[in-house]
Amino acid sequence: MKPIYALVDCNNFYASCERLFQPHLEKQPVVVLSNNDGCVVARSKESKALGVPMAVPLFKVRPLLEKHNVHVFSSNYTLYADISSRVMRTLEELCPVVEIYSIDEAFLNLAGMDNTSTLVDLGQTIRHTVYQHVGVPVCVGIAPTKTLSKLANHGAKTYPATNGVVDLMERERQQRLLNITDVGEIWGVGRRTAEKLRNQGITTALQLSQRNPQQMQRRYSVLLNRIIRELNGEPCITLDDSPPSRQQLICSRSFGEKIEDYDSLRETVCEFTARASEKLRNGRQLARLVQVFIRTSPFDPRDICYSNSASGILPIASHDTRDILHMATKLFDQIWKSGYRYAKAGVMLGDLCDAGNHQAGLFDANHSSPHSEELMQAMDRINHSGRGHVWLGSQRPDKDWFMTRSHLSPAYTTRWDSLPLIK
Amino acid sequence: MPVDKIGSSGECQPLDIPMFLESVAAGFPSPASDYCERTLDLNELCIQKPAATYFVRAQGDSMIDVGIFPGDVIVVDRSLTARHGDVVIASFNGELTVKKLELQPQTRLVAMNSTHADIVVPEGAELEIFGVATNVIHSLRKP
Repeated sequence: MKPIYALVDCNNFYASCERLFQPHLEKQPVVVLSNNDGCVVARSKESKALGVPMAVPLFKVRPLLEKHNVHVFSSNYTLYADISSRVMRTLEELCPVVEIYSIDEAFLNLAGMDNTSTLVDLGQTIRHTVYQHVGVPVCVGIAPTKTLSKLANHGAKTYPATNGVVDLMERERQQRLLNITDVGEIWGVGRRTAEKLRNQGITTALQLSQRNPQQMQRRYSVLLNRIIRELNGEPCITLDDSPPSRQQLICSRSFGEKIEDYDSLRETVCEFTARASEKLRNGRQLARLVQVFIRTSPFDPRDICYSNSASGILPIASHDTRDILHMATKLFDQIWKSGYRYAKAGVMLGDLCDAGNHQAGLFDANHSSPHSEELMQAMDRINHSGRGHVWLGSQRPDKDWFMTRSHLSPAYTTRWDSLPLIK
Repeated sequence: MPVDKIGSSGECQPLDIPMFLESVAAGFPSPASDYCERTLDLNELCIQKPAATYFVRAQGDSMIDVGIFPGDVIVVDRSLTARHGDVVIASFNGELTVKKLELQPQTRLVAMNSTHADIVVPEGAELEIFGVATNVIHSLRKP
């Protein structure tokens, strides 16, 4: 059966999470800052309309934020990870095939579910259910390929007349949307590739879709070949070769055979963690947030359902597999319960930042030079000896240990002493 | 008041299901065996949809007549559609409040304490329900 992809993407996710327990922020401009309150990493619709740019340092926009009484929050990743996990669990109850793509996005395969209702109705059901159950708004883009579903979702977000759902299964509608989509907005087309394409006279997604994929592959990459075929409705991007999300890294899979014992599931979680850490290093990034989730299948009537997730913040942003594994196994032990047949597990790394050139260069050698591993081991020996502490210049531990989070909202959903107070 | 024993609760680890439950598949499992073998988990009693369930803490005494006291933890299920007579968490004037919802003869948020005024929701005004309160956890022994 041909896939029917629905990309479900939360609207201004971090801002929506901050609003959940503070309804007075509804329709108010909200921004969320990166760790250490450095830059703006998320904006509500109202803040975007005020012209607050993305990724801008706080000091540059402070006058603008103060002038318009914008509500400023430090990033509360514990809250976002918990709400994210609720969204994903709700989606998994609605559709058997869910691929979690980032903290606020998932691809669903709706094939076979469109017998009794139209795809738009299915999309609306997803939208309403997630909002009612979890409390954050989402948009749904439906298309025969992931690349097109990304564009459909973008359309659903941009045009209010769509009511948050766009069905892009028909070729004619695809072409119309591609014609008004800038080539740089296509999923997986980076800034430099877009620049090169424009110089070649390709400015819209439609123009790109009319190119010969083979020829473009020779000039650019295999990815661009796939993108062109996807724009033409041929699904060819699988979960493993999806262009990485810039904000999170996720390794997750449904198991062919259910897992029941502690050791096997722990091993699987460790494997996902190692893979995610490797991806992190390939992208020259560091992570601070680690989330682990395990689930039984909501569709197997023989099973008693159990689904849980836990997240933790590393004291220092890291891309060292061992730091991340240490946290991931600790989190796993918090949520493990025996007696269930687990169907899915996953690891998400978030709060990502660039590793900086010096440090990335050092760890690049991980794959080529035999000495870097020894260096890391030597560092660890010193750090574990209790007699001294060494770190890499760019890690700035003294600053990071005392992370500035002066606008942090409470951990509403994960700490008993931080529950929302209701009069 | 008479109190019925409904079973013993588990240790700190909730929902410990003994592994040997799996091995009865070949025989004819008694429908009751589930309940004999495993320890009880309060989550099962209080939470139907974990992904849609939030905990909030009561502040103030406007609901003491239904047994919600200051400091109690209220279990809120967002997946339920609020009906007339439900105790709900509603968003009113930009603030979350716990009240009894009345839909007839007019929409009102009713305080369950005679010293508190009810909130009449004006015709046409939109009332946003955060969720339906399903259970209250009230600790009897103060620390």
